[in-house]
Order: sequence, then structure tokens, then C-alpha cells
Amino acid sequence: MSDSTVQLFVTCLVDSLFPAVGESTVRILERQGLTVEFPYDQTCCGQPAFNAGFPEEARAMARHTVDVLHGTQGTIVVPSGSCAQMIIDHAPELLREDPDYAAKANDVGARTRELTMFLVDDLGLGDVGARREGAIAAYHPSCHGLRGLGIRRQPLELLGAVAGLQVTELREADTCCGFGGVFSVEMPDISAAMLTTKLNSVVDSGAGLVVAGDVGCLMHMAGGMRRRGDATSFVHIAELLDGTGE
Amino acid sequence: MTKRHGFADRAAAAVGSTAAKATATGAKRLDERRREAADDFAAMETSRDEARRIRLHTLANLDRYLDDFAQAVADAGGRVHWARDADEANEIVVAIAREAAATRAVKSKSMATEEIELNHALAAAEIEVVETDLGEFIIQLAHERPSHIIAPVMHKTRQDIGELFEESLGTEYTDDPELLNASARAHLRRIFLEADIGISGVNFGVAESGSICLVTNEGNGRLTTTAPRVHVAVMGMERLVPSFRDLGVMLDVLARSATGQKLTSYTTVITGPRRHDDPDGPEELHVVVLDNGRSGVLGDSTAEVLACIRCGACLNVCPVYRESGGHAYGTTYPGPIGAVLSPSLLGVGEWGDLAYGSSLCGACLEVCPVRIDLPRMLVELRARYVTDGHADRSLERAIRRYAAAATRPAVFRALLRAGALAGKVPRSQEGWIRSLPFMGAAWTDHRDFPKPDSRPFHRRWKDRA
Repeated sequence: MSDSTVQLFVTCLVDSLFPAVGESTVRILERQGLTVEFPYDQTCCGQPAFNAGFPEEARAMARHTVDVLHGTQGTIVVPSGSCAQMIIDHAPELLREDPDYAAKANDVGARTRELTMFLVDDLGLGDVGARREGAIAAYHPSCHGLRGLGIRRQPLELLGAVAGLQVTELREADTCCGFGGVFSVEMPDISAAMLTTKLNSVVDSGAGLVVAGDVGCLMHMAGGMRRRGDATSFVHIAELLDGTGE
Repeated sequence: MTKRHGFADRAAAAVGSTAAKATATGAKRLDERRREAADDFAAMETSRDEARRIRLHTLANLDRYLDDFAQAVADAGGRVHWARDADEANEIVVAIAREAAATRAVKSKSMATEEIELNHALAAAEIEVVETDLGEFIIQLAHERPSHIIAPVMHKTRQDIGELFEESLGTEYTDDPELLNASARAHLRRIFLEADIGISGVNFGVAESGSICLVTNEGNGRLTTTAPRVHVAVMGMERLVPSFRDLGVMLDVLARSATGQKLTSYTTVITGPRRHDDPDGPEELHVVVLDNGRSGVLGDSTAEVLACIRCGACLNVCPVYRESGGHAYGTTYPGPIGAVLSPSLLGVGEWGDLAYGSSLCGACLEVCPVRIDLPRMLVELRARYVTDGHADRSLERAIRRYAAAATRPAVFRALLRAGALAGKVPRSQEGWIRSLPFMGAAWTDHRDFPKPDSRPFHRRWKDRA
């Protein structure tokens, strides 16, 4: 049934570096009685190429993503605001002039949701029954989700309902961590300076756990914090919402 | 090794400097003020929509509004001069000064004259020019360039300015802003009275009346445009609004976005030179309309950037600007607006790397009073930079290879398996890599990189079935 079937677009970073985030996403969705399908030929949405100034390559990747997702049923759930925005906004823009793909890209875009948007806005869930004892968590709103898709309230609502979890705020929470995909390697020093500012705000917040909806930002912040020898944990919101203990 | 772009190098050198720290402090302060002012103004969002509509409408009909404006300026007794580029604009101003037998000029704050480097041209023509805006005055004493569109000395501390005044004005050292202000004021007052010519910028030209509007907080703009015999206003050709009603909308969003004020201390509207019954004012008013690359941008995919009203809000909120400071950008206009404007006006080949100086976080779009989609244009300029053959070669190779793999699912999965194998090789601490070669070094110079998982999601999904 299309109503109870959803498609997982796991993203290339989750696939290769943080597959546990994908598994958590699947479990959260299945606990809601949904059937999760994983279109096996999915690869990368094309955002790295798009942001780096390679629209032709981005278009080819977007076409592939549209091909993989177009014939499927139900909502396409993405555990990333950034990749979701690529599929929702940029892929239809890139393929607007392509007679074979324009309509399909629009359809795929319209069916795509970032995970917390799907849980809160579409399923009407505020509480997914997660538990996490004794941790102080701070939420980092990733830029593309926040400003591209307007994700702010949804993750906070979900975090607020996690049993045992104390939620605190980061100073200047809305400021970018400095990841920015290719930005982090094309402009490494300025990216690292932004990271330092962000990590200082994490340290000052007293949070032992930083939660975000994008593994790109998380690996940037975690990689920087490890370099400091600091033990703060960085977790994707799906891992936290999947949690039933600790 | 990755190729280091110009901006990347300059920004790297600036990070952590006193100037960058002063910039971060100043930018945050202005950003907070903007936020408070916007929160206090119920009509902020609708005014932004309206301001955007007005600016885009003006740009779409710019030829007509320029004609109207020029006619109205002439009708009011002023003269309009058209300058194709910086050299022409400078020649025009120098010629006006010579004709008026002027040897001393005062200037109020103007980014357009910074853009054309008018001060150099005047100096070369042996016309003494003094900046009268406090910030610009400091910049002139220090032989520097502004680091911010509305706060030219954002990169300087009070102590820097105290030392500069002690050195160049011979005043006793103080870092008390009131006292510094007073000594600049005392120094400038005399210069105002001796000046033959006053040079200003233009915040908005009003097409229906030929008026020019100046938005300032120091009163120097009024003195500059009234005390000397001749007033020359240099205006970017895009800076028009059709009517006074439109001007009101623009002022509502400009002051709030720039300094968090409802209205600046002085909002001056000048229509023509002194009339017979006016007690004061200049005998001549000249408006120099500057193209300098703008007409080329008008028909371009970045045309929207010309809607900018130079409030500086995008600089204040930008984390890249905050960490690097304005001088790292290397051109007249820093920050996200500069990263779009400079390559658009001056050429992608030389300045296109500025477009990579953004994490595309979108904060600039969020605060822009006219909602200019800077992130979209930054991406477009990157694409133009690549198309024109300026791309970082290692980035280009990496993207092309990745795209080739990502459009062939079997190859992509093979890449995942290869990554998983590589991830099994122990390198330093568990789960994380301390040092990567080639492009990866740009990452691991500053942060650890996660090891590829030994069981990628594709594999896990298959195992589960």
C-alpha cells in the first residue's frame, strides 16, 4: 500500500561512513508501522557537484537519482536536510529544461521529505518513544535544512520528547559550523576558524551530546572536537530517536 | 596539494588576527541591532517584499528610469554626467573640479567613489581631498581601504584608532570614542569651511524628481553637500527608485538592516543646486552616473545583485566575513554581496574564487532586506568559473570521477566496498583518520576524518533481506 510504504534515500555519506544512521532511520520508520523500501541503485543526489560549480555532473547525478526514485511508491525519506533540499529544490531546477526529466524531477521532489519533517509534519508525531538517560544534548540546526527547508521546530519537538534527555541551546546556534561540503577543503583555514567558533559554543553550552540532522556537519564538528581531545559525542538525530536506553 | 585560491590565502592569513576579531565583534553587534529592529517592526517582512519588488521593477525598467532621473535633475538645475567606467568617472570629477578652480575637496562616505578610487585620481590632479565621515577619515589617515560597506573601520579597535590619531593628528593618546570623535570633528570643521567642492555618494536617486537621497549618521553628509560651492554626487547607475513613495519603503528597510535604526540621524534629500531663495547650498550640482560593469550584469544571471541597497546586513551575519574580515576579499565590496558583485563586475577569471568563499549557509539571503538570492548566484558564479577553465584541477578531477561512479550503481557499490576495505586498515585512533593525502589533507590539517564503515548501508540492507 502506498500509504504505508516509504522509500529510504540514505545519502552517500550515511551509506559509506555512518550506515548505523540509516539503520536507525529504518527502525524508527518501521516502528510506525511503515514498510521501508530501499531502492538499491541509489548513489549520490549530486549535491557535491552542484555546490562545487559543476552543473553538468550534478545534472547527470540528479537524473540518476530521479530514475531510481521515480517509479517507487510513497514518501521518499532522507536523513539529511542538505540532500533532501537537493532533491526537493535543486534537482527540479537543474532538470527544468529537460523534457524527459522535468516532470519526473518535480514528482520526486514533491514526494521527498527530510526525516524530522516527515515524522512531525506528515505523521503528526512529536514523540517516537525514544529514551536517553542522563545526557545533556544541544541541537545544531544544519544550514540547508534550517534555511532551505525551514526545519527548526520539528527536531526540537522530537528531542524534547526523548525521555530522560535534557536539551540545552548552543550560543549562536544558527551559525554555520564551517562544513559546507567542498568549502571545507577549498577554504580549509576559514572553514576551520568557523569550526573553532562553533566548537567553543559547544564547550560553553555544557552539552555532552550534540545532535544534528546531517552527518556532514556532524563529522565536521566531531572531527574537529576529536582533534581537541574532547570527548563530546556527536550523533545524528535518527540515532537518538532510535534509542531505547543508555 | 590542492591549489590555493587568492581568497583562501588571504583569508587564511587573516584568521585569528586582531582585525578579524574586531570584525567579528563589530559584525555581531550590528547583526544583533538589525535583529532587534526587525523584530520591533511589524511590517518588516512585507516591507522587504515591497522593497524587493521596487528594486527589481526599477532594474527591469532601468533605461526608462535613468532617462526620467536625468531629465528631472536637469529640470531642477543640476547636471548629469554619464561615466562608462572608473577612468571616465574620475576624469569627469577632475574636470568639474578644475572648471570650478577647486583645490580642496571634502567627501562624505561613498562606496562608489571607493570603487573608482577617486581619491587617487584627485590627488594625481593635485586636488586635496579629505574624507569627512569618521570611519572614512580614519581609513584615509591609515592609508587603508574600508573593510565594511557601512562601517569602514570595523577591523580596527579603539586602541588602534587612538594610536593612529596620536601619530597623524598629534593629539594626546586616548581610546575614548567620545574624545576621538571630538578631535576628528575639530580637525574637520576647519577643512569644511575651506573646501571648494563637496563629493558625496548617493543612497537612492529618485527618478520622478531627480532628487538624491543620502543616509548618514554624522551630519558630515549635509555639510559636504551644502558648504562648498560645488556638489558632485557619484551614483552607481542602478541606485534609483521610481518615486518618493518607493523611497519611503527603501528607507524603512535600509536603516533597520544596516544599523538597526528606524531611520538614520540624517536622511537628506537634495533636489537641484541652491535656488534663488535658498539661504545656502551649492551653486552647482553634478550627478555622475557610473556604469563600470553594471550594464553588463543587467542582462546576466546575476542581475539581481544590482538590487543591493548596500546595508551590509549580509556581511554582519556571514560567518566567513566574521572570521576573515573585509580586507581578505581584496576588492571594494567584501562579504557575500562582494563575493557575487566583484566577479560579476570585474570578471570571473580574476575574482571568481571569491564565490568559493562561502559555505552556502544561506544566512545572507535570510537577512537581505531585498531578499537577493546570493547563495544561488554564488553557485552560478562557481559554475562560470569552472566553465571558463579556472577550476581547481584536483577538485575538478574528484567531482568528475565521483559523478562517473554515482551514475553507475555497480561502480558506486564497488567504490563503497573499496572504501570499506580501506577502512579496515588501522590508522591511528579507532574509527577516525588523523592524516589523509592529497585533497584530503586540507581536511585532516584541521580535523579527523571518519573511517569508511566496514559494512556500508548497501551491504547491511542486503544482509538484512
